Amino acid sequence: MPEAEPIISAVEIDKFFGTFQALKNVNLTVDQGERVVICGPSGSGKSTLIRCFNGLENHDAGQLVVDGIDVHADSKEIRALRQDVGMVFQQFNLFPHLTVLENLTIGPIKVRKISKVEAEERARKYLNRVHIPEQADKYPAQLSGGQQQRVAIARSLCMETRVMLFDEPTSALDPEMINEVLDVMVELANSGMTMVCVTHEMGFARKIADKMVFMEAGEIVEVAPPEKFFTKPDSARCRAFLDQILEH
Amino acid sequence: MQRAPLITRFFRSVPISVGLYLFIVTGLVWLAFTGSQAMGYNWQWYRIPQYLYRLTDDGFEWGEIAVGLVKTLQLSSIAFLLALVLGLLVALLRLSGLVVGTGVAIVFLEIIRNTPLLVLLYLFYYVLGPVFGFNRYVASILCLGVFHAALISEIFRAGINAVAQGQWEAAKSIGMSTGQAYRYIVLPQSVRFMLPPMTGEVVHMVKSSAIVSVIAVAELTTIGRNIISDTYMSFEIWFTIAAVYMVVTLILSAGVSMVEKRYSTNS
Ligand SMILES: Nc1ncnc2c1ncn2[C@@H]1O[C@H](COP(=O)(O)OP(=O)(O)OP(=O)(O)O)[C@@H](O)[C@H]1O
Ligand SMILES: [Mg+2]
Repeated sequence: MPEAEPIISAVEIDKFFGTFQALKNVNLTVDQGERVVICGPSGSGKSTLIRCFNGLENHDAGQLVVDGIDVHADSKEIRALRQDVGMVFQQFNLFPHLTVLENLTIGPIKVRKISKVEAEERARKYLNRVHIPEQADKYPAQLSGGQQQRVAIARSLCMETRVMLFDEPTSALDPEMINEVLDVMVELANSGMTMVCVTHEMGFARKIADKMVFMEAGEIVEVAPPEKFFTKPDSARCRAFLDQILEH
Repeated sequence: MQRAPLITRFFRSVPISVGLYLFIVTGLVWLAFTGSQAMGYNWQWYRIPQYLYRLTDDGFEWGEIAVGLVKTLQLSSIAFLLALVLGLLVALLRLSGLVVGTGVAIVFLEIIRNTPLLVLLYLFYYVLGPVFGFNRYVASILCLGVFHAALISEIFRAGINAVAQGQWEAAKSIGMSTGQAYRYIVLPQSVRFMLPPMTGEVVHMVKSSAIVSVIAVAELTTIGRNIISDTYMSFEIWFTIAAVYMVVTLILSAGVSMVEKRYSTNS
């Protein structure tokens, strides 16, 4: 595979919910090892876009190639794709009937078909990586929000995916827990993981982003490296949005 | 302390409900007794125990009613297993999102729900039985199984729908197939929602199994009828049979509510 092949390539993507158009002619590429941060007002289509990347939503027009797989509604390879594209949700979505360790091992054991011993070893490694090795035997409900989200990140890491998608991973958290999750994500970024992150944490974005994306009303309005994005974005709408969220 | 909850608690407390229950039963028994006096009924309760158990020269021996009870429990449990499997299948079809699947499931549900159980039993025994060559016992099991499958499939469906959508998304996003997501993630979580109505269905099954006595399948109610036609002790026998059903269903309810409690403290 040539070095230049992007891991995600979206070309002229449209997405409709009934008659409502949630994505309009979206073009975006994400290269191997690149860290992309997407921001924009509520309802602008950020979640919809990254959910298309792992087939949780299906786009209606345009071409989407992720990890060499052409993603479309009846793609047979969608499960293979999901094994290489991890996702972390705003609401964590941990499995409440399983312990932390079981949450981390069920994917590797049932989907990747590795042995239980190997899966547990791997799970403990990534629990260490998110700094909660001592919580392995608890149930999700016994953990704080920040800890739950770190378990969710570890669950995704255990699948040893090539890309990780984050959909506002800190916006359901109490303020004092946001940093413990962001710290883990910065470490992850520094380890070379390819990441696509929907977030409004601009301090975090400045630290890790290679590429900033601003969306509004289903369109990508601005794509720029962070230096340019935060100082002199081309679009006035992007400027206004940044002014608004950076004020606080 | 408020008045209303106090009253509610008063009526819900165990001694009061047992007392109330005994009062009603006593009333009924008294009604039956005076009524039977008036019609000159000859009570022969002393002849009843031999139908429960006997002590013969060979030792202890179960009586007809006890044997009938075992038959009823056998019939109900086989039919319930069938209903569980079939009910899950129908629920999954209904939820499959496939037009054909949903259609088949809805047609099945509507047919079963709108047919009286007795008519369904006649259909299975007099129509499907000869066509497919199965006997009255098999016809009863199939009929009860199919009838309860319709009710149980709705319990499954509600239980599955009660699991948050995010659980599906999380399961899919780690690469699970729909089958794996059901098996490892969704169904285990929906058990908690399904246990209480499922208990009701178990009890319902034991009770509705009595209907197969109309095609003379050997079970508790049929045996009751047979004893009466030999002895004419209809009052005693029907009281006894009703009591046996009640004891069984009460024990079942108590058992399942224990399981429920254990389950809810575990998770
Ligand atoms: N399943 C759906 N059915 C109908 N409309 C939907 C659905 N999902 C999203 N939408 C609509 O699509 C638009 C984009 O939604 P999306 O969730 O992608 O926005 P977002 O940028 O992630 O917003 P937020 O910051 O609030 O999460 C919204 O107007 C939303 O109402
Ligand atoms: Mg969103």
